[in-house]
Amino acid sequence: MKNSFGIFDQIMRSFAIMKKDIKIYYSKGPVVLMGVLWPGFMFVSFAFGRGISMAALMPGLISVSVFFTCSAISPVVFPWEGQARTLERLVSTPVAVWTILFGDMLASALTGIIISIIPIVITVAVGTNIVDPFILIIAILLGSICFSTMALLLSFPPVNQPAPIQMLSTLVKFPLMFISGVFVPLSQLPEWARIVASISPLTYFTDIARYATGGESHYSIAVNLLALVAFTVVSWVVAVKLHNRTMPMRV
Amino acid sequence: MKNQGFALEVKDLTKIFGQIVAVDHVSFQVNQGEFFGFLGPNGAGKTTTVRMLTGIIKKNDGEATVMGYPAGSIRAKQLSGVMPELSNAYLDLTAWGNLMLMAELYRVPQAHAKERAGSLLTQLGLFERKDSLANTYSMGMRKRLVLCMALIPDPQIFFLDEPTSGLDVQSVRFMRAMLKNLKQEGKTILFTTHNMEEAAEMCDRVAIINRGKIVAMNTPDSLSITGGRIFLIDVSFDKPLKPEDLAKLPGVSRMETTQAIEAADRLRAQQAMAGVGRPGGMGGGGSGQGKMQAQTAGAGSLTGAAGQKAGGGPPATMGAGKIPGIENGEGGKSDNRFRLYTENTTLLISSLVDFSRAHSLQMNILNVRPPSLEDAFVRLTEEKSREK
Repeated sequence: MKNSFGIFDQIMRSFAIMKKDIKIYYSKGPVVLMGVLWPGFMFVSFAFGRGISMAALMPGLISVSVFFTCSAISPVVFPWEGQARTLERLVSTPVAVWTILFGDMLASALTGIIISIIPIVITVAVGTNIVDPFILIIAILLGSICFSTMALLLSFPPVNQPAPIQMLSTLVKFPLMFISGVFVPLSQLPEWARIVASISPLTYFTDIARYATGGESHYSIAVNLLALVAFTVVSWVVAVKLHNRTMPMRV
Repeated sequence: MKNQGFALEVKDLTKIFGQIVAVDHVSFQVNQGEFFGFLGPNGAGKTTTVRMLTGIIKKNDGEATVMGYPAGSIRAKQLSGVMPELSNAYLDLTAWGNLMLMAELYRVPQAHAKERAGSLLTQLGLFERKDSLANTYSMGMRKRLVLCMALIPDPQIFFLDEPTSGLDVQSVRFMRAMLKNLKQEGKTILFTTHNMEEAAEMCDRVAIINRGKIVAMNTPDSLSITGGRIFLIDVSFDKPLKPEDLAKLPGVSRMETTQAIEAADRLRAQQAMAGVGRPGGMGGGGSGQGKMQAQTAGAGSLTGAAGQKAGGGPPATMGAGKIPGIENGEGGKSDNRFRLYTENTTLLISSLVDFSRAHSLQMNILNVRPPSLEDAFVRLTEEKSREK
């Protein structure tokens, strides 16, 4: 056996946790429902009939699909595992708290990336051009990581029942969806709404998606990408700090 | 390995939950290759101690090292195998999937992990079901799976929290055989149990913990005689007689009637139900009280039929002294079953034979029981409860 304790080994352990999460939590039907069908239906019911063009709607569909997929399961993995005592098992193995978080984040982000193919196919199918696929791919990678990391933040309260976390998660996710220019491009929003939108990472992801599908972005692509990176880093640092504090209360 | 000295070194380890001191400045050392038992009533602090040593919860005070590394550190965890009281395998993974996950978390090379997983599952009788989800396993199978999960990284030290509790007789024997094999391989084992017979059979040394403090620590044999080499003789006659007549016999150091033993057992059962001896139940789990009650009730039924089962329940010395009118049989009612305590069995048995002849009595039962770890355990834990 290797007696290795460096960051590389912890990252390899995170991959093991990621594989476990995908097998147990992310390969289940409800994830597809939460990630695609549910935001899809909600999006359709909200956006259709308002005279908005398909080209203007599709970036929003991509955004909410990635956002909801990445934030659907990962906040409740900790309560589920706490309840099943498997979290105690994980904590007793040679992993750090951040290793577990990183593994959970990877599983969630990977699922978000895979699920994002569905709205992209729909986008192409309805005749919307993807003018910059490379930027879209980068945005999906970054956005998935960013939303998954933010979702980890939501699971820090040391409860072993999913319901309170789901409620907290809903309270955070829904307002974000409505303030982030998902349904209406940022440029068409009033000034105060644009200021509010700037505090949401979903704004920057949607802005890139709008640009990649032939629309006009409000911010420059560099600003959007940097904003996603910044939200990811801040969320990660805060999530690790909070989970380090609450983990002993959870197991 | 950093340290070639003690496998486990614990000094003043303390854990406080709110107002409750669950583990109170506990200190002990475990040698490498030693099988160390950690005994105590429910809620005494055994599980909490193990959880601190395995890094599951944080200590409030004190120091602990595992194989020379701070307890709970990544290096210490790498060298430790943990088997909790309740199975915590991933129920939505197969047995094989659970083992491979553990192997990856301990960074066991894949080829070695597969070979070892196959061998362990075969040894523990699970190989045929290796591709079944763990949620289809029985409780005994899940325990065996969790043992496999602890074994797969081939750790140097094992923390086993009541590994045989809740198992059927065959599984208990199987588990004990496995643990003996580990000891033969030179592994260090820290083992918590309620089962005194098991502790006496398996452990090189035991520590008895009560209300968060270690009240005794020694080899099982030495602990058994901490109260002196007092033997128990259960005797039953065909006719009732006055207890004081027996109490005067040469060799009797103390005596209890069946009534006293049964009353003491009832008292213990009531104390267990009221939570005496439990520091708030921290770490012991919600089912603890029920188990304690069941144990005590079991002891009562054994001693109630005094002598019918050699080596039966605890001697009930503690409760007897508190029940008026039956201590040492003084002023007690006539009875035909007695428990006598003696340091000289030969003298007492010959006295009993002479006494029976002189009073034309027939001895129906005569059982001699040497001092046991269980007696020491009951005495030590009850003394502390009484002091409290």
